[in-house]
Amino acid sequence: MRLLNVARVTPRLWVAAVLLLLPFAPAHAGKTLDQIRQRGQLVCGVSTGVIGFSAVDSQGRWSGLDVDVCRAIAAAVLKDPNKVKYVPVNAEQRFTALQSGEVDLLSRNTTWTLTRDASLGLEFTAITYYDGQGFLVPKKLKLKSAAQLRGAEICVQSGTTTEQNLSDYFKAQGVNIKPVVFENFEASIRAFFSGRCQAYTTDASALAFIRSKEAQKPDDYQILPELISKEPLGPVVRRGDDEWFTIVKWVVFALIDAEEYGVTQGNVQAMKASANPAVRRLLGSTGDSGKPLGLDRNWAARAVAAVGNYGEIFRRNVGAGSPLKLGRGLNALWTQGGLMYAPPIR
Amino acid sequence: MSGRRLRSFALQGAVAVALALLLWLLFHITAANMRERGIHSGFGFLLQPAGFAIGESPLPFDSADSALWALVVGLVNTLRVALPAIVISTVLGTAIGLGRLSPNLLLSGLCKAYVETLRNVPLLLQLLAWYFVVTDLLPDSGAALQIMPHVFLSKSGLAVPWFGDGGAFAGLDLPVRGRFGVTGGAALTPEFLALLGGLSLYTAAYVAETVRAGIQSVPRGQSEAALALGLSRLQGFRLVVLPQALRSIIPPLTNEHLSLSKNVSLAVAIGYPDLVSVADTTLNQTGRAAECIAVIMAVYLLLSLLTAWASAWLERRTGRWAQRP
Repeated sequence: MRLLNVARVTPRLWVAAVLLLLPFAPAHAGKTLDQIRQRGQLVCGVSTGVIGFSAVDSQGRWSGLDVDVCRAIAAAVLKDPNKVKYVPVNAEQRFTALQSGEVDLLSRNTTWTLTRDASLGLEFTAITYYDGQGFLVPKKLKLKSAAQLRGAEICVQSGTTTEQNLSDYFKAQGVNIKPVVFENFEASIRAFFSGRCQAYTTDASALAFIRSKEAQKPDDYQILPELISKEPLGPVVRRGDDEWFTIVKWVVFALIDAEEYGVTQGNVQAMKASANPAVRRLLGSTGDSGKPLGLDRNWAARAVAAVGNYGEIFRRNVGAGSPLKLGRGLNALWTQGGLMYAPPIR
Repeated sequence: MSGRRLRSFALQGAVAVALALLLWLLFHITAANMRERGIHSGFGFLLQPAGFAIGESPLPFDSADSALWALVVGLVNTLRVALPAIVISTVLGTAIGLGRLSPNLLLSGLCKAYVETLRNVPLLLQLLAWYFVVTDLLPDSGAALQIMPHVFLSKSGLAVPWFGDGGAFAGLDLPVRGRFGVTGGAALTPEFLALLGGLSLYTAAYVAETVRAGIQSVPRGQSEAALALGLSRLQGFRLVVLPQALRSIIPPLTNEHLSLSKNVSLAVAIGYPDLVSVADTTLNQTGRAAECIAVIMAVYLLLSLLTAWASAWLERRTGRWAQRP
């Protein structure tokens, strides 16, 4: 192909290159935890830029909900939340990057599905965000529900579960739609706002951002009330290393438990002296919750001190303290009508 | 058989065996490692339902159809752009190549400007530019422009009457205004039009240079001799220069056609569901990266071999033609 466009072709070449390396990678990669300690660095696969989840600023600093999960794990395992190397991977590359050992952990708004969990040599650890797919439409079409999109052209970005949800939902309704599928996020947005499609679809968390940041007049657009799919997002690890799997899972649980018990970034040191036995176990003042995980007793305290509890992470990156201003919704604690529920630390 | 030939055969045989062994090892170890890591492999997923819809296709497609059928639809979409683009770019490129040789300075200057502009701007940028110019300029699909009875132009593309579902005898399916725009008939989407136009115009610049170089490779004495024999300029060109030029034009022209069919894969950037776009989606639904990339590679290899084979046949034919007394 003449004048290969480097920016576009590189990801596919990259997948091909990593696949070629597969035969030479050792079949037993060894214990992930030992490797991370030896390296002194956690290698985290993140997105190439989803505001609120994982995005890089002009100084090269990563931030977002998925990034904070990496930082919390680095704090628990390496005692320093900054010892993380972020590897941006696109939707096509992500599973190959994890399979081949390029990254220790995939924390990249990835939907937990059966096929992915059971057939790709990967395991989903826990859910850090309950998302769902929605629709953004121009107000001038005067739509009240997604069911009215019969015959509409819908712009969508490829490389996600989005296309299948779209097809499933409208098939169940007996309605025909025409997807217009773009590989690149910017192109898909540009096409929608130029009027090529009557609707744009992706996860609801991203729709809010697109409406407020990408539309020239946000008020000309509305998000339809329906969520047509379940998109549980969370960190993913390679199959076959149960210890590492357990550590990642429990760091996430600790962040959620910390919110439930009122342990915050600010009060974590003071809370070590709390009278509540559950808090004392979480923060290592009573018993040693780190030992079964292969960590020291202060693992959870360090994670919370580094990034705050789940509620603080949510607020800072996607909630009221962020430009996205998303409500907690399903992501509220179970004690407040949401789905965030972590097994107890005992 | 002489000792020398025997040695050469033995050497070639050994290299071929070593190469085959290497390929087998590569395949075998990859498969073993994937198994070891619990990565399912195999091509069985091709027969499972695809699970996604395809925006435009001349063949009937439903998300319940198999992934294999989705890939076939993608391949047909690739060919639907590649074949007309090959014809358009060859005709246009030849005209521009001849124009560059014209003694008319304005004409040759314009043709030169065309070639230099088009081939020095990356194709992807050209495609995006065409696509967004097209979608920005056209009216909203709700307010489609009727340019002829039952022919509508809008952001959804060019809607024209086409045969109904029952085939050619069921009569024409006429486009009419619907809920969100024009429904019925056949639609040439902006994605298709931008890709077809962009690829044709871009490749034409290269074809023009190939044609110009081929004609200039025929020594000047040949056309002078033709004039001396009493042939007119046109006759001399057609009977003396062109047959000789074609022999040096056809091999590089094949390269242009090959590049063009591979460049169709840039379709993913502007939302046209070609083979690569469909395979990418399949890869993401199933996670079978190795298999999907193998399928793309095999199909492109096959396409390229077919094109090269057709061109070799053409070369032999024109070779005979040039040798004819």
